[in-house]
Amino acid sequence: MSRFIKIAALALLTMSAPLLAQTAEEKGLEIANEADRRGEGFGDFQATMRMVLIDKRGSSSERELRVMTLEGEGEEAGDKSLTIFDTPRDVSGTALLTWSYKRTDDDQWLYLPALRRVKTIASKNQSGSFMGSEFAFEDMRAQEVEKYTYKFLREEPCGELTCFVMERYPTDEYSGYTRQVVWMDKPEYRVQKIEFYDRKKSHLKTLTMSGYQQYKDQFWRADKMVMENHQTGKSTELYWTDYRFDTGLTESDFDQNALKRLR
Amino acid sequence: MNGLRILLALAGMTLLAPVGLEGRYFTSGEGYAGYWHNGSVFARGEFYHEWNDRDDQITFIPYARWDEHDENRTHADLRELSWIHVSDGWESRVGVSKVFWGVTEGRHLVDIINQTDLVEQVDQEEKLGQPMINVSTVRDWGILDVFILPGFRERTFPDENGRPWLPVTVDVDNPVYESGAEEQRVDFAIRWQKFLGDWRVALSHFSGTSREPLLSPNLAQALGAGWTPGTSFPAGFEPQLTPVYNVIDQTGLELEYVHEGWLWKLETISRSGQGDRYTALDGGFEYTQVGLFGSDMDLGWIVEYLWEDRSALLASPFEHDWLLGNRLTFNDIASTELLWGVIWDPETEEKAVSLESSRRIGDRMKVTLEGRFYKDTGQPPSAEQVFGAALLQQAPETPLSVYSGEDQIQLEWIYYF
Repeated sequence: MSRFIKIAALALLTMSAPLLAQTAEEKGLEIANEADRRGEGFGDFQATMRMVLIDKRGSSSERELRVMTLEGEGEEAGDKSLTIFDTPRDVSGTALLTWSYKRTDDDQWLYLPALRRVKTIASKNQSGSFMGSEFAFEDMRAQEVEKYTYKFLREEPCGELTCFVMERYPTDEYSGYTRQVVWMDKPEYRVQKIEFYDRKKSHLKTLTMSGYQQYKDQFWRADKMVMENHQTGKSTELYWTDYRFDTGLTESDFDQNALKRLR
Repeated sequence: MNGLRILLALAGMTLLAPVGLEGRYFTSGEGYAGYWHNGSVFARGEFYHEWNDRDDQITFIPYARWDEHDENRTHADLRELSWIHVSDGWESRVGVSKVFWGVTEGRHLVDIINQTDLVEQVDQEEKLGQPMINVSTVRDWGILDVFILPGFRERTFPDENGRPWLPVTVDVDNPVYESGAEEQRVDFAIRWQKFLGDWRVALSHFSGTSREPLLSPNLAQALGAGWTPGTSFPAGFEPQLTPVYNVIDQTGLELEYVHEGWLWKLETISRSGQGDRYTALDGGFEYTQVGLFGSDMDLGWIVEYLWEDRSALLASPFEHDWLLGNRLTFNDIASTELLWGVIWDPETEEKAVSLESSRRIGDRMKVTLEGRFYKDTGQPPSAEQVFGAALLQQAPETPLSVYSGEDQIQLEWIYYF
């Protein structure tokens, strides 16, 4: 008898939910989908990145990289991206090729120019550091909607804007994070800040994105990204310049042969 | 130098020019070569020029090394001078270039396009430039590469003063070729590779002059000089090994499977033309522990089994050996790395231990520290023993024994202009 009541109550709840309001989970997903929709259709872009690694004593070291990205087409295909190191000089020509997918693990290869060798990166190593920085491989890859579940928390002011604040939980059990708290501004759905919580659920890092500029009258890209590691006191700053869209990149710029002719 | 770089940049060229100082210290003593330490210097230039919206590229990499004791190691080479042209789905590469095939760490069995520049490092990772015409196409069914290889490069070997010291020097001036065209023979190679989900597979075939020579003791010369087996060589006689380059056919398979942080690898070849047809393989895995003990460090585990069924007389030292190794990546600003490995033969108990570490200093310098040690390899054979065994067609019991007493530590400082 009591079981019947429970089922009936559950049915009632499910039926009435859309009438009453969205759940926090639904609202979170809706925001993520909207942000994703606004980012769609960029085609391809190339940009230059200066990476500044700062240790806890404040001494710093710089790296210069070039990034090329081609938007994925179709249901399953995610973006393809290529990151090439120009400095420090001992790693000049080293390149990272990523084929991301919406529902399965990304494929990643590292090209070592001195040996002319392409090495496969085991995809579960994504929580590892990206080239000694405070960014993990998984922070650098395309942020496909399907790779998280979401929960809307609240709206609150962030600087001069108002932000959605939501949590997202990586669906991949090998992620280095249990939870991320994302601040996304309401007018343009741009990520302003992300707090990362590690597997022990303690606050590991904070990413702040600023200096947003609009390209092709639609797509926003941040000029500056700062990742602070609260547990080690180290931080990494990324300065993006020379953003170019519609540069004519094709699939053939992101295959194994392309890796081997990079410079 | 900066002025030059600006000039090159204006001409659409980029330049990278590392220069290195290398010091070697032989921990087991001065050995037969008669010295404890060796100094060496290298310089490399890397020029790149691209045009036609990167559809055309030229790469030019000259290389030179000077060595204190080994005249064969003092050498220059054109590592690369090639023109790449890219068109829709096709790519061509014409000139002197370098190609790497393979997935494993222990041995590079499948990798056959370029000759090994053995005087550089005994690990055989350094290669000489190879003249080639390479056409490559990327299709749904995979990547297909065809190579025409006009012109053969001989393997470099240390001279009688070089270390690791060999009891018998290799007569690099008088190689023997099976092909009547000698080093002018045109060789061919083809390779197909494809990704199938978590699998990567590559099949290749090479038909041409073997990059690896068989080393044949010049018995006629020794007997002609009045040597009889069981006695010492006559005073003043310098025994030599003749490099013999046979024409071979080699089919290679590379397999790689990625699964949850594990990278499973297999390389296997079947080669005919050097004695009986034989098979060799190297297979194993690499597993990486990310964020070791809550730190930023990654620890990689490398385990591979090396095997071949070549007749004992021609067998490599790695006919049934295990490779165990670790790669420790510090993920720090200096990109500190530590790689150590041991190749262990459970039958003979021979062990070859290698240690490689590197870190960057500032933006333009890098320091590497390497060590190579040989354990339980027995006494090195004398030249007479090598010749005697060859005459009797006896295989060495401990093939690594030639390296006994040649343990070394190497410190290298590289500056990138």
